Amino acid sequence: MSEALLTLTDVRAVLHSRHQSQSLLNGVSFSIAKGEALGLVGESGSGKSLTTRAVTRMLDPAFEVSGSISFDGAEVLSMGPAELRNYRSRDIGMIFQDPRAHVNPVHTVGDFLTEELVRNRGLAREEVEQRAITLLDEVGVRYPERRLTQYPHELSGGMLQRVMIASVLLAEPRLILADEPTTALDVTAQSDVMAILDEQRRARGLSLLFITHDLELAAACCERLAVMYAGEIVEQGAHVYESPRHPYTIELLGARPSIDQRLERLPVLQYNRDIHEQLKAEA
Amino acid sequence: MGSYLLRRLGGLLLVLLVTSFIVFGLMYLAPGSPLAFVLGPRGGTPEQVAAVTAQYHFDDPFFVRYFRWLGDIVQGDLGHSIVYRQDVSALMSGRIGTTAALVSLSAVLIAVAGVGFGTLAALKSRWVDTVVSTLAAIGLSTPSFVVGVALISVFGVGLGWFPTFGVGSGGFDTLVHLILPAIALSVASAAYLARITKAAVNEERGREHVQTATVRGLAAGVIVRRHVLRNALIPITTVMGLTVATLIAGAVVVENVFALDGLGSLLVRAILQRDFAVVQAVILVLVVAFVVVNAIVDFLYTIIDPRIALGSRQ
Amino acid sequence: MTLSIKPPVKTVKRAAVELRQPGVLQKGYERLGLVGTAAAAVLLVIVLAAVSAPVLAPYDPDFPDLLAALGGPTAEHPLGTDALGRDILSRLMWGARVTLAGPGLVILLSTVVGTALALVAAWCGGRVDTVISWVLDILFAVPGIVFALISVAIWGPSLLTVVAGLAVAYVPYVARVVRGAALRERNLPYVSAAWLQGQSGVGITFTQILPNVQPIVIAQAVSSLGFAVIDLASVSFLGLGVQPPTADLGLMVKSGFDSVLRGHPGEAISAGVLIILIVWCVTVIGDRLTSTARSMR
Repeated sequence: MSEALLTLTDVRAVLHSRHQSQSLLNGVSFSIAKGEALGLVGESGSGKSLTTRAVTRMLDPAFEVSGSISFDGAEVLSMGPAELRNYRSRDIGMIFQDPRAHVNPVHTVGDFLTEELVRNRGLAREEVEQRAITLLDEVGVRYPERRLTQYPHELSGGMLQRVMIASVLLAEPRLILADEPTTALDVTAQSDVMAILDEQRRARGLSLLFITHDLELAAACCERLAVMYAGEIVEQGAHVYESPRHPYTIELLGARPSIDQRLERLPVLQYNRDIHEQLKAEA
Repeated sequence: MGSYLLRRLGGLLLVLLVTSFIVFGLMYLAPGSPLAFVLGPRGGTPEQVAAVTAQYHFDDPFFVRYFRWLGDIVQGDLGHSIVYRQDVSALMSGRIGTTAALVSLSAVLIAVAGVGFGTLAALKSRWVDTVVSTLAAIGLSTPSFVVGVALISVFGVGLGWFPTFGVGSGGFDTLVHLILPAIALSVASAAYLARITKAAVNEERGREHVQTATVRGLAAGVIVRRHVLRNALIPITTVMGLTVATLIAGAVVVENVFALDGLGSLLVRAILQRDFAVVQAVILVLVVAFVVVNAIVDFLYTIIDPRIALGSRQ
Repeated sequence: MTLSIKPPVKTVKRAAVELRQPGVLQKGYERLGLVGTAAAAVLLVIVLAAVSAPVLAPYDPDFPDLLAALGGPTAEHPLGTDALGRDILSRLMWGARVTLAGPGLVILLSTVVGTALALVAAWCGGRVDTVISWVLDILFAVPGIVFALISVAIWGPSLLTVVAGLAVAYVPYVARVVRGAALRERNLPYVSAAWLQGQSGVGITFTQILPNVQPIVIAQAVSSLGFAVIDLASVSFLGLGVQPPTADLGLMVKSGFDSVLRGHPGEAISAGVLIILIVWCVTVIGDRLTSTARSMR
């Protein structure tokens, strides 16, 4: 395996509130190589999004984070403000679940796309606009020139997510974090957007941390999978989808509804915290 | 755009027509004959009564008088003051500038202080928030005339820093004369706007698109200006507009405290002297100003929030 | 996918509270919070002092003692005397009666009328709603204090004319809030259920919708009360409301204003502070009630 770009080592996050402390990430460790895509899968509440928030340093200050997050040799958790801004601006790019909520409604698409490069790197707006138009075209946005003067509410969800992808690509990061980037879109837009993201990433040789609850989708576009449960990674590797070993992963894969047969009831996972703790104790 | 403005203008005219009817109608119902005020307490000879009645058309039926009044107003004739024996438009033109200056100065103070303190309360420490919120709560509970009396006694009489009465001799002198009245008129509204600003900024700060801006590595100042304050402007503008509109009525009280010769003090004197032509005209002007300011705010709204198309709020 | 069954924490808690049968005091505290309760206590003291003014006030509020005019605080006159030598404390207690009762009447009238209009508009909908909303919009187009001034222009300066004018001015504020709330309730399933059970529109409005919008009506009424106190005191200050020699806080600031210029700020300060205190208490309580009413949605 080639050189690691992002490495998480025993990352823990504890949420301190007035009355109690709750441990939400319990020692997450994984790494992503340069040009590699890792699919982070799990149910809602398993800690997937929390992990991306830890990587982007976007966790609420009420969280106490420990362990190590190393990006190309630099320790993310100990970065100062200037370093952190530089890391967020140049090294990573984040694609969110709901583009409608994550793009400021009062600025035009052109403002949104150019803002970062113009303000952080002092480029001329016209120059960035030209690059943005090319990129919009590449991610399948028609009439890119006209889009620049439109407002977010004038675009469909799928279009807006492409704009979001273009905005990330524009900054030329080395790692893209995509947190359920297709979940909020309608079904036809989902596969298009995913295909574009996959294609662009491979063409540019970027690393990808892909968060989803859709095992199949993750297996289709990622080299390796990591399965999360209760703030831990229970199993990871290239084998996970084809030949899972951990009981939770096996059950999760078995619970997928099939289009061939009509079920009376959808399966319910039997795996729970007790079994989880017991397995850990035995290991 | 054109059709929107036309519709908006139509609605505006309708409101004005109805209020003018109400104002005129209510005055018509008022007990006591205005004749008494023209001719004095002892009344006049039958000839005098007839002459005055003819001059002021007191004998005509209600609708005839209403439409004549309305027609005159449309032509810029606001009637004739029985007390001052002068045209109402002449009485008002000398005073409307004072009221407009007072309201404008207050609007600026409110915008600066309200948005400024509200933003500080939202973005700075808890300590600042507590101080601003407490002051805002007290400011909101203080009537303008109490502020006025306090300002006059402290800065006017006590320290002698500011003139306490009148509008001065124009230009900078007028500005100096209007500062205390404008503060008195602003306090409650500025407190309210500070509250609204604080809530709006806090709400906008928690929005998802602010996370996007943060994770893109934008500077904190850029995020606050372009993504928090810019979006918070939407509720702030709404409240600001409503506030300015109410200032027009609030000026009535403040002008009296500071003995400013504006529309408000004219109105109060006219009410006490039952000078109905003046009362009708001033109230109509106040309502027109109120309605026009609200219409302007609606228009500004469509500029500030691109999601709202012209006329979609109708 | 798993379907995790969450423990019904909330239900258990609520059941426990209900078992203890909270008294009025505890219920009030839960609704008002610490600051709100403090404000309510202060307001209660002021109201009690105002109500019992005929018994508790040390002097006749209108009795002039020119020899003691403009006196500072003494054992006989704890807050001093005004320009006519009247006891300021006694005048404050009597003045608070007027300053509280007038706005109280304004809010009572406007709340009853506004709520009725709103409920009719919400239930009937269609053309009735359009007409009522249109009338309310017109009323909105006139600033509140202007109504009071129109009223005074017609019927002459007095407390009642101002109260009548302000009551009209406050109707649209009540009606708008209540109409919104009532429309939300009207579209909820329980209303359809009552309708299907054969209850009449009037019956549903009174037995189902009104009790559910009641917290909002009360919160709005209390919040408006603060503004009404300010408006009424302002009109009195202008000399268009309560007429001297009746004691009223707005009037006291006005008469005290003249003494201020002569270096005796006692009357103006005490009356001004009392107005601020009353409005502050009412506003705090109104704010708390409003947020509680919202969170109950």
